[in-house]
Amino acid sequence: MTSIPMEYYLVLSGFMFSVGIVGVLIRRNAIVVFMSIELMLNSANLTLVTFSSYLGNVTGQVFVFFVMTVAAAEAAVGLAIIIAIFRNKLTVDIDKINIFKW
Amino acid sequence: MELSNLSHSLNLLLPELTLSIALLVLVLFDLIFHHDKKIISYVALIGLLATGFFVINQFSLSGFAFSTGNESYRNFGMITIDSFGSFFKLIVIVASVIIVFFSLSSDEIKKTSERIGEYYALIFGMILGMLFMISATDLILIYLSVELLSLSSYVLAGFTKLRERNSEASLKYMIYGSVSSGLMLFGISLVYGMTGTTNLYMINSLIQIPHLNLFTFSFAMILIFAGIGYKISSAPFHFWTPDVYEGAPITITAFLSVASKAAGFALLIRFVKITFVSYIDTSGFWQLIHVFDWKTLIVVISIFTMTLGNFSALWQDNLKRMLAYSSIAHAGYIMLGLAVLSNQGLTAMLIYFAVYLLMNLGAFLVVMLIANKINSEEIDDYDGLGYSSPFLAASLAIFLISLTGLPPTAGFIGKLYLFVALVDANMIGLAVVALLNTVVSLYYYVRVLKHMYLTKPETAIPEIKTSKPNTILVLVLLIPIFIFGIYFTPLVDLAKGCITILGL
Repeated sequence: MTSIPMEYYLVLSGFMFSVGIVGVLIRRNAIVVFMSIELMLNSANLTLVTFSSYLGNVTGQVFVFFVMTVAAAEAAVGLAIIIAIFRNKLTVDIDKINIFKW
Repeated sequence: MELSNLSHSLNLLLPELTLSIALLVLVLFDLIFHHDKKIISYVALIGLLATGFFVINQFSLSGFAFSTGNESYRNFGMITIDSFGSFFKLIVIVASVIIVFFSLSSDEIKKTSERIGEYYALIFGMILGMLFMISATDLILIYLSVELLSLSSYVLAGFTKLRERNSEASLKYMIYGSVSSGLMLFGISLVYGMTGTTNLYMINSLIQIPHLNLFTFSFAMILIFAGIGYKISSAPFHFWTPDVYEGAPITITAFLSVASKAAGFALLIRFVKITFVSYIDTSGFWQLIHVFDWKTLIVVISIFTMTLGNFSALWQDNLKRMLAYSSIAHAGYIMLGLAVLSNQGLTAMLIYFAVYLLMNLGAFLVVMLIANKINSEEIDDYDGLGYSSPFLAASLAIFLISLTGLPPTAGFIGKLYLFVALVDANMIGLAVVALLNTVVSLYYYVRVLKHMYLTKPETAIPEIKTSKPNTILVLVLLIPIFIFGIYFTPLVDLAKGCITILGL
């Protein structure tokens, strides 16, 4: 474990985080947007575990368990909302979900 | 953890425990009494009153619950109970009680009366999240409580499912919310990596000696601010606010605009004060540790927030949407109190919140009572309302005048204390900007009055009768606005007694 430098993990998690943000910004399908959000959460998890392991401090790993629970709850609520909107509009394309405009 | 520590902690958590039990009882009663669900509203009310009782009991109490760390840090807990927290908890509970009364007379909610048990259970979930947010002093608990509040409110925003716009509001809220909580989580993970702890007090003592990478630290702080800023709907993270406020059932809109915002502000104030203040000087100003310039960030964001909120509200035709932009502007005003970074600014914020609770809930209540009858929230449909239903129109007028901040209403007192705090801190330029913003806001509030009193309706609209309980509810919100507008000493004294944030 210690043979791999910490930076590698951090660069990977930073990359995952960026992919998540870009996905949220450019993808138009609500389900793909949710997948991108999960990617953001997982990149944070990776950061937490990395630091936890290199600092020899267990808090980060405990945190990750909580984050995984929250991510599961978020996915459940998110998919339920997508189903509700699909029943109304028969689409999950974010560009077509546009009643409100300023 | 010894047993005495545990019982001490649980004793400090009595309001939260009561609320959790009430939540379980609600779910149970929803299953038992599935024929007649009227009783559930009263159960909710009793649960809230019990929680409120324990919150008031806590005003004299203070301490840390669930201490973490080793012997030397034994005093620092995950949860801090102090008078500042109790004040905000009281605001949340009062708002919740009023929302239960709202829900009893809302037509939107009556149409879904077979699911009323879920509705209250979710509201209780929100309140529980808020109470934990207000007293959380550990990054893990902060993240969890923000998520508890958010997940319940995503569902509630689309709860009625009657119209397309409900689910659209829900989806937009969900996407914005998840992204900003993801940003916040990444920020938290960076802070954890740099300090090796998630406890705010320990972070405070660790960053006193600046050996960290300031650029990364500032980046992490901005990410964390994204999560909190989304909860208080401050400027770059406000895009969900108008859509959700317009699309959600009006009871939930009112609740989000007051309680959720109060909890978000409590979290922001506590986070900044505990983590970044090194000491408080003799005149009550907070001296920041030189790792991140919160003052500049908050000044810029608050100017941006109130200007954007006020100018966007100018051309709104839907009253709910206009109130949404006005609530963004109010978030900007309240942030000014934090920008001062002094005890005086904190007092002003507390006063403003107490007043904002009354006037904003009042405005939403009247809009709801009118929408129950005319089934519309468009400002054009309010033509001639001042003559057909004088009581409701007059109350709405007073709530709106108070939101503008004109004397003799309580809104004036709130703004006065904020501006005085700014001037005392030599931030006169900022006070002028806020004052000019208030002038702008006068235009869109008065526009509603013009429609109610000066525009002739195209078709005669019938009188809107209000039932006795609703009249009383409007008066309960209306009378204190005048009382606090003239006799505001008790409010100011209460706020001055509630500025203790444990840790310094």
